[in-house]
Amino acid sequence: MTVEIRKIAVWVEETHTEMGRPIVPPTRKAVAVAVIKNPFAGRYVEDLTLLMDMGAELGALLGERCVAALGIEPAQAQSYGKAAMVGEGGELEHAAALLHPKMGAPLRLAVEKGAALVPSSKKMGGPGQDLDVPLGHKDAAYVRSHFDAMTVRLADAPRAGEIMVAVAVTDSGRPLPRVGGLTHAEALGKDGLR
Amino acid sequence: MPEVHIRKIATQIEEIFHEFGPPPERPLLRGAIIAVIANPFAGGYVADIAPFMEDLKPLGLSMARRLLADLGGDPARIEGYGKGAIIGAAGELEHGALWHAPGGYSMREVLGAPKAIVPSTKKVGAAGARLDVPITHINASYVRSHFDSIEVGLNDAPRANELAFVLAMTTGPRVHNRSLGLAADAITGEDGLR
Repeated sequence: MTVEIRKIAVWVEETHTEMGRPIVPPTRKAVAVAVIKNPFAGRYVEDLTLLMDMGAELGALLGERCVAALGIEPAQAQSYGKAAMVGEGGELEHAAALLHPKMGAPLRLAVEKGAALVPSSKKMGGPGQDLDVPLGHKDAAYVRSHFDAMTVRLADAPRAGEIMVAVAVTDSGRPLPRVGGLTHAEALGKDGLR
Repeated sequence: MPEVHIRKIATQIEEIFHEFGPPPERPLLRGAIIAVIANPFAGGYVADIAPFMEDLKPLGLSMARRLLADLGGDPARIEGYGKGAIIGAAGELEHGALWHAPGGYSMREVLGAPKAIVPSTKKVGAAGARLDVPITHINASYVRSHFDSIEVGLNDAPRANELAFVLAMTTGPRVHNRSLGLAADAITGEDGLR
């Protein structure tokens, strides 16, 4: 394990009613966050391979945590997303190194399949700051009912030398989807788009 | 009395490995569960609200059981607890006070009747408001190592006519506690204080 983790936090949200209408079964989404030490805080380092490798470890760890928190089989996952917030001693590129080169493959193992691009966001930030993790359908990016997001926030992270890394997984879309578009049932899930 | 209408349940579990000091043998778990329900008294002054406490008991019990399960399921491992409420803007502070009895006694029932009062906090707030829920030792309020808190909040709750009720539990003291005072292994555990 190359990642030095200070803390892991997992949130689960279930929506049972919305605007007075029952949601049956409730929509459920989970997000798992690891607060890690930024090995490159405070200095410019050209080669970010170390962070890329950490991204792979975290994709598996956080994806599995979300699936476990939802109490589902990996194949029941419907949408996913990822994000990172870099403490002030680091740079935005550190988030990119964690999220983009190597995180996807192990995350896709954790949720089974995952033909679609994993939507992502990244920013610099400090303790107590909100990080919005985008969500999109895991096999067909155009499924409109599954565009969503989850907000995470920890009062004590990320400190200057840390990075908050988040992965979100759901077993459902928005509570009351009615803006048309491709549906979960219609999605083919072959090209990652439709 | 009115029924309890749940819009949303959210859980938040933090697993704390260290805070830049020597890691404990087992990571500290700190968890909270939030239920967002309709406020049956929103929009005007209602004199007789106390019977709603009885209606809230099943909700309290189910929340306490679920939080305990999310923290590993063993009541003997829970060492700290706390509770809180955020009242949506069309309600009044007193509505939050309805949570004292059903919230506190549900945790005591699930945890084997610990002695200490359950510390609490409450406020009127808008969607996205954050609440710092205080936490103290379950058997002796003066145990200094277990004074802690967990910050909770949901970006979409409470709406004006809603109540957000919170329960919190921890599996141990602050991760690097060293500020002296009454130690957990020195309590008599009879009066709930020492």
